[in-house]
Amino acid sequence: MKKVGIAAAGLTKFTKGDNTSIESLMGYAVKPIFDTASNLEQRDIEAVLTSTNANNKYLANIMSELCGISPKIAHSVESLCNSGTNCIVSAYAYILSGLAKTALVIGAEKTDSPGLVLEWDKSRGQYKHPIYWSSMFTSAHMRKYGTTLENLAYVSAKNHRNALDNPYAYFKREFSLDEIMESKNLTENVRLLDCSMPCNGAGAVLLASEDIITKFTDMPIWITGIGQKSISAGFTKNNDLTSMSSSVYSASNAYEMSDRSPTDVDVAELHDAFSICEIIELEDLGFIKKGGGADYVKQLFDTRDRKINPRGGLIGTGHPLGATGIAQTIEIFQQLQGTAGRRQVNNSKVGLVHNMSAASTSSTVLILES
Amino acid sequence: MTRFEQELKNNNFLCSQCTKCNKLVWPPNDFCNKCFSNVVWRPVSRFAKIVEFSSNDKELFCIAEFEDGIRVMGKVENASGLKVGQSLLLTKCDYDEKEIFIFRPVSQV
Repeated sequence: MKKVGIAAAGLTKFTKGDNTSIESLMGYAVKPIFDTASNLEQRDIEAVLTSTNANNKYLANIMSELCGISPKIAHSVESLCNSGTNCIVSAYAYILSGLAKTALVIGAEKTDSPGLVLEWDKSRGQYKHPIYWSSMFTSAHMRKYGTTLENLAYVSAKNHRNALDNPYAYFKREFSLDEIMESKNLTENVRLLDCSMPCNGAGAVLLASEDIITKFTDMPIWITGIGQKSISAGFTKNNDLTSMSSSVYSASNAYEMSDRSPTDVDVAELHDAFSICEIIELEDLGFIKKGGGADYVKQLFDTRDRKINPRGGLIGTGHPLGATGIAQTIEIFQQLQGTAGRRQVNNSKVGLVHNMSAASTSSTVLILES
Repeated sequence: MTRFEQELKNNNFLCSQCTKCNKLVWPPNDFCNKCFSNVVWRPVSRFAKIVEFSSNDKELFCIAEFEDGIRVMGKVENASGLKVGQSLLLTKCDYDEKEIFIFRPVSQV
């Protein structure tokens, strides 16, 4: 099987939101790719895929025109919060099939995204806001494993601290455990600082076949494993609320495809939409045994270990839905290239991206290698 | 407003049932998601059990499971000391831009 790699990446700062258009956000994420990728010309790009929950029509074609590209393939990919990695997987498939040798993947979202709440889900009743599914996972994990509000606060404290070294992050300050514990109670077990924040932001990556990738970079990062799973769209079909079954499936498939195991992973971006998510995901992805996630997070915090969510995760960096999976992938790309600056996890050779949607009713896991 | 929403507004909680394999189809749909046969509307039993629960400053809320694994999130009234597995009665359903389900505990089903 031919290899597909990431050649270049671009990000915008994640901000509170203004009148900037989706097209403009996307454009500012693409520009660094053309600024940094060697020998890259518009005619090299054979597919342009856009990732967003915004209602903009014909967006990939519009972005192609705005960037002076006339691709063979141009369309949008939407899957709520894991639109970004779905878009990367689609680009991977186009390249592997031979339909395109290169693909530009661009994701962006605005603070007022229509993707923040899944109105379709009748089973959520009047509790459609994501804080309610988060509260249900939290209740279940607390009961089964004795997880505490302080355990949750460590996730937020760690990821806000990591975000301090991320120049693109929404948050630019550290929060103490006390500040997090005393932040506004949204439910009995979800506080404001346990939540990721919707924001404006964009990210872009250039994928290419191994036949051509060295034209654009001498440090390609390969996508060696992909796992995706959709168990449902409605939240209430995840039977065991101490686990996210789509994430378990996705991770298992990605590990199998890459012939890697959790112990091989040097650095990972996990989808911490809420504090409880990182704890459950650490367990579901096999980094620690079930029930051990909270202690593992505290250990990472106490030792200042950046292995998990070095850019600050969604909680510290912000969560522009359609850009999130791409920004997570860019972090692992930079970590494996050794270009992550103060966030660098030394000697990273194997990285993992976990991106999920709508209470983890669907998930994507990517394994990347240098 | 859809038929489902109108019925909720009339305090009727309905779902679809397959005319061929009898599966209860939740959320309701135009055909069976197991065998793609036609469906008819039928009331869901109003007895449920608590799968999980939490609260905010104003109220208790839960995931409740009805017959055949049908689950919804709703509000629990007149309750304290909730337990997973506890029996509930759907006392009211309604529709006001969102589906509304209101339960109270019952001693046994």
